[in-house]
Amino acid sequence: MESALPEIMKHYFKIADIRAKTRQQASDPVWLRVLLTGIGLLFLTCFLILPIYSLFEEALRKGVATYYQALVDPDALSAIKLTLLTALIVVPCNFIFGLSAAWVLTKYEFRGKSILITLIDLPFAVSPVIAGLIYVLVFGMQGWLGVYIASSHPLFPAIQSWIIAHDIQIIFAKPGIILATIFVTFPMVARELIPLMQMQGTDQEHAAVMLGANGWQIFWRVTLPNIKWGLIYSLVLCNARAMGEFGAVSVVSGHIRGETNTAPLHIEILYNEYNFVGAFAVASLLALLAIVTLIIKSLVEWRLEHKKTL
Amino acid sequence: MAKNKLRVLPGFGLSLGYTVFYLSLIVLIPLLAVFLKAATLSWHDFWHIVTDPRVVASYKITVGAALSAAAANAIFGLIVAWVLVRYSFPGRKIIDGLIDLPFALPTAVAGIALTAVYSKKGALSGVDHLWTTSLVYLESKFSFLHVISVIGRKITYDRPGIFIALIFIGLPFVVRTLQPIIRECEPELEEIAATLGASRLQTLRRVVLPELLPALITGFALAFARALGEYGSVIFIAGNKPMYSEITSLLIVTKLEQYDYQGATAIAAVMLVISFILLLIINLLQKWSQRYRKS
Repeated sequence: MESALPEIMKHYFKIADIRAKTRQQASDPVWLRVLLTGIGLLFLTCFLILPIYSLFEEALRKGVATYYQALVDPDALSAIKLTLLTALIVVPCNFIFGLSAAWVLTKYEFRGKSILITLIDLPFAVSPVIAGLIYVLVFGMQGWLGVYIASSHPLFPAIQSWIIAHDIQIIFAKPGIILATIFVTFPMVARELIPLMQMQGTDQEHAAVMLGANGWQIFWRVTLPNIKWGLIYSLVLCNARAMGEFGAVSVVSGHIRGETNTAPLHIEILYNEYNFVGAFAVASLLALLAIVTLIIKSLVEWRLEHKKTL
Repeated sequence: MAKNKLRVLPGFGLSLGYTVFYLSLIVLIPLLAVFLKAATLSWHDFWHIVTDPRVVASYKITVGAALSAAAANAIFGLIVAWVLVRYSFPGRKIIDGLIDLPFALPTAVAGIALTAVYSKKGALSGVDHLWTTSLVYLESKFSFLHVISVIGRKITYDRPGIFIALIFIGLPFVVRTLQPIIRECEPELEEIAATLGASRLQTLRRVVLPELLPALITGFALAFARALGEYGSVIFIAGNKPMYSEITSLLIVTKLEQYDYQGATAIAAVMLVISFILLLIINLLQKWSQRYRKS
């Protein structure tokens, strides 16, 4: 026994030695590491870090006072207000839809499920400009709504006279902006929740059913706590995209200053007027929002990993 | 019977009904409007609009810039993803978090920020200068290189600006598609290759790259699809010269501003069909990628 032990140990060390050698051979040599890290970081510096840095540099070029003045400008303030209002309506709408879609797609089996998933993703495949265009075609004066208002024998005369009496306008007005923003952020919550809820399965919900819980109880007490963190992140991201949407909103807004101008549209107006400090000041607000969004994302990811290890 | 058994949880009718209702109201019916409106045009008129020289020029620019930006993203995104997963260096976590910036940053903000960086007064104005002088030099030395003047001699307010904006927009698609796959790569495979006498570069080319290929192609396709429809960031940096640096999305907006709804809708219908085909291809790619990993 005693003489055999060192022999085994020797073998063990030898194997460990070979293993370490192959490990080293199977990892990138130092020059390659340095080269690839250098290329990667240079690329990210040129395309991510410098643009963000220059944004704040341009905004503060003429000092903090000018920066502040640019933000409290009445047109800028009203644009920011409209952006906040839009997000306040859009995020809850997509939140309810996202929960409903994720619930039906992960808790049940039914025919046409994969088609439904693809259809929910459609808005991401559509150019934002087209997202605006479709609402112009439906609600514009040249579109379906316009035809309906102009027709002498409408389908529901009461609705037609109500629309005319209240002078309802959707395109080139706030409702159009909100609709277009809902469209472009449509899949956001659902897409974040579906993989999360799929991973968690339905065992806990089934157990709750057997214990006599009703639908709402299951949802509030079992499902929601499980998806809480993913849900928070999806809402924050949906909010950032809703506040930042440009193309779709630009098509339906009509660009009326102080009325149908959102913060991103206001940036364009200021920029085209060569008011660069003003444009970059409003842009820096939206950039801050994006950075906060990323920080919350990192926190949520850290939290989810932490939970896994527990 | 088996199906009913799976639906022990309440709320199937409500959630399915609401999902389909909201989806139809917000997405499907309005999208249908494009095709119904386009169908009011005669085939001849439709064809005339979508093959107008200015429109065809915009297709070429959009597709060309989107393809080249997606290719650049595939190469640099692969390097970035590899570096972020396999190597450790200070600040890695922060840089990893920053990759999602193009998802969260409004496109208009990205557009003016990139213009500021690459314009004459910007931090990377040297790139613009270097680009111009090297192109002029190359063209004077080698006459056959005149073809590269297609690319554009400046960075901002020129074609390369479109390319740069689209790189920014597409970057996270490639990196985020590749990262989980690189993480799942088994180091044992690379060790086996090493013990069998392969050099590290051979291992990377013959073992690692084939394993990453489906995800790389998927990321490329996602970045390409996103770049085709991009509007906000491009219009600030491109200069928007008709027939030269005008993208298709901008042309739709221009037509709308002239109240040419039919023209805008016809072009939009073409773009939508292309987007849907791409969506289908991406779905197939993702399925292929999953199957490839399992086998």
